[in-house]
Amino acid sequence: MNKPVEHPAQAPKRIQREESAGFDRTVIDYIHNAAAHGLYEIRGLGAKRKLPHFDDLVFLAGSVSRYPLEGYREKCHTKTVLGTRYAKKPVELDIPITFAGMSFGSLSARVKEALGRAATELGTSTTTGDGGMTQEERQSSKTLVYQCLPSRYGFNPDDVRRADAIEVVIGQGAKPGGGGMLLGQKVNPRVAKMRTLPEGIDQRSACRHPDWTGPDDLVIKINELREITDWQVPIYVKIGATRVYNDVKLAVHAGADVVVVDGMQGGTAATQSVFIEHVGIPTLAALRQAVEALEELDMRGKVQLVISGGIRTGADVAKALALGADAVSVGQGTLIALGCNHEAYFQNGANHSAEEDYAKLGTAPGYCHHCHTGRCPVGITTQDAILEQRLDPAVGAKRLKNYFKTMNMELTTVARACGKSNVHHLEREDLVALTIEAAAMARVPLAGTSWIPGVTGT
Amino acid sequence: MDSLTVEKRTTMDKTFDLAKSSVRELNQFLHQDLATSGVKHIDVLNPNGSHSIAVGVNHPVAIDIRGQGGYYVGGMNKFADITVHGNVGWGVAENMMSGSVRVKGFASESAGATGHGGTLIIEGDASLRCGISMKGIDIVVGGRVGNYSAFMAQAGRLVICGDAGDALGDSLYEAVIYVRGKIKSLGADAQQEPMTAADHAAVAELLKRAGFPYDPTEFKRVASARSLYHWNADANQEY
Ligand code: SF4
Repeated sequence: MNKPVEHPAQAPKRIQREESAGFDRTVIDYIHNAAAHGLYEIRGLGAKRKLPHFDDLVFLAGSVSRYPLEGYREKCHTKTVLGTRYAKKPVELDIPITFAGMSFGSLSARVKEALGRAATELGTSTTTGDGGMTQEERQSSKTLVYQCLPSRYGFNPDDVRRADAIEVVIGQGAKPGGGGMLLGQKVNPRVAKMRTLPEGIDQRSACRHPDWTGPDDLVIKINELREITDWQVPIYVKIGATRVYNDVKLAVHAGADVVVVDGMQGGTAATQSVFIEHVGIPTLAALRQAVEALEELDMRGKVQLVISGGIRTGADVAKALALGADAVSVGQGTLIALGCNHEAYFQNGANHSAEEDYAKLGTAPGYCHHCHTGRCPVGITTQDAILEQRLDPAVGAKRLKNYFKTMNMELTTVARACGKSNVHHLEREDLVALTIEAAAMARVPLAGTSWIPGVTGT
Repeated sequence: MDSLTVEKRTTMDKTFDLAKSSVRELNQFLHQDLATSGVKHIDVLNPNGSHSIAVGVNHPVAIDIRGQGGYYVGGMNKFADITVHGNVGWGVAENMMSGSVRVKGFASESAGATGHGGTLIIEGDASLRCGISMKGIDIVVGGRVGNYSAFMAQAGRLVICGDAGDALGDSLYEAVIYVRGKIKSLGADAQQEPMTAADHAAVAELLKRAGFPYDPTEFKRVASARSLYHWNADANQEY
């Protein structure tokens, strides 16, 4: 009859969740992966880590000491001219926001067409990439910048002659010092033919140009391109942000009309993640160094500066211009505008869920960086005949136009608030920093102080 | 055509003396006026190592450069047949599409780099990286080539009548190299392969084009082992 004594249920063991800062879950996952595969991670897009950025700056708008302009009534010009130094036909743009160079190969031909159409309607430029110029983009783009890259894939004199500017690419913010990459899944017959490569191979491009090395050679190379184009079109030089101050000076010395500086937040379609996260400097620091180099050479306004790498919003554009850029280039932002990392894609007049396809790649909307796989769930970074149909060039162009229009309106809103009738009149004095890091990198005072770390004030 | 004694000057002939006019004037004539001018032959005098001589030509014409050329002689050439009666600097016939460039002397680095088509003939030696990233061009070198020649060469043929330096054909794609002399070392993924009848015929034809008197059976074939084509192949292995 004696009932066994019931012991109170053992309280569940307390789970300790003390995370290590050094070996956090990202690092643990990295080591697990490395141990399982013996190969570095390759992925798309740009740096994911938190970096000092334009978000760490704010504008001092007009009030008593300076007066603002009326938001909707008073004019605010956005016209932008690039390549005034030597070119007979500089590039004239209606807005200072351009489409960054992205290759056919990494993007589908339909996306390239959408970019061209949007750029033309917006009065801005678009840029080829490491894979040559497609008919689609030439026909759809009024102003097309043709890249001359180390690989020279598809590079030919006919396209040089029909380009509106030539951009000698020395580096890219996502991977300064590294060459391009296109995994076999994306090297379909058309891509292979344009690049003179066997189909389906994992393609890696050279990281240095084949026919010149160093700044003195670059002088001669730029001269050759000018001779081929009879000094008509501007020659840009694009550098990945590392030793920006010196590199910009050398690019100017080499005869560039325009210098393009791509910060470490800049995207890529495929690169080792060690490059993306650990090589190069933030766009904010790069921009200031580039401006300083131009000022020192007395070349501000003579050689134009285009900045790229993580430009997302109209505020970013305004801050970039205030710090001294003449224009910006947007890459990843355009992909997101087209539906990158969206749950659904729009096809035949309706939305269709793409979540299953994200899951197949081992990711989810909002986290995807799987451009390198060629299986883009929303049909952007793919060469697959079925997937690419998920992006309609007309719809894509409309979305890009909306995105750029929004940024441009934000830009003029800020410019007017700062009392400028031309967005190019935004200046460094209009900005202060919210963090010490941003103050030091951008060399603007920490808000509420006159302190610029490393320079002046208290 | 090779001799300065050709004195019969007609409207089909034109001379640019670079001691008196600029490379820019020469190139602008080639780009803008050549096609309608009826000129079939151009002599370029006193080149004196100038860079970018006769670049971006887009029309058939014979050009004789009477002296030394600098960088990028005949760069991006289409259709023209260019002869340099001297040596050239870097990147001769870089990215050539068609036509031909013949160098009577020696060529510096990156000769024929990224060329898509046409024929480049170097009668003397070529320096480092000859045929780098070539994409379909045929290159015939009478003498030796330097290190890293045909680096990442994608398509086309490189015939070397003399010796080859270190790392020949490193990271080769589908271009094929024929070497008559010694190879100091092969680059990653390059391998020597047996010559077939088709190879002998190809070499014979290229030697004939170049006007070199060698026997095709003296040549070795170097091509890609294609083991780097899927360098990422291990990525899906789990241990
Ligand atoms: S959604 Fe497409 S474009 Fe965006 S990260 Fe994924 S694969 Fe790349």
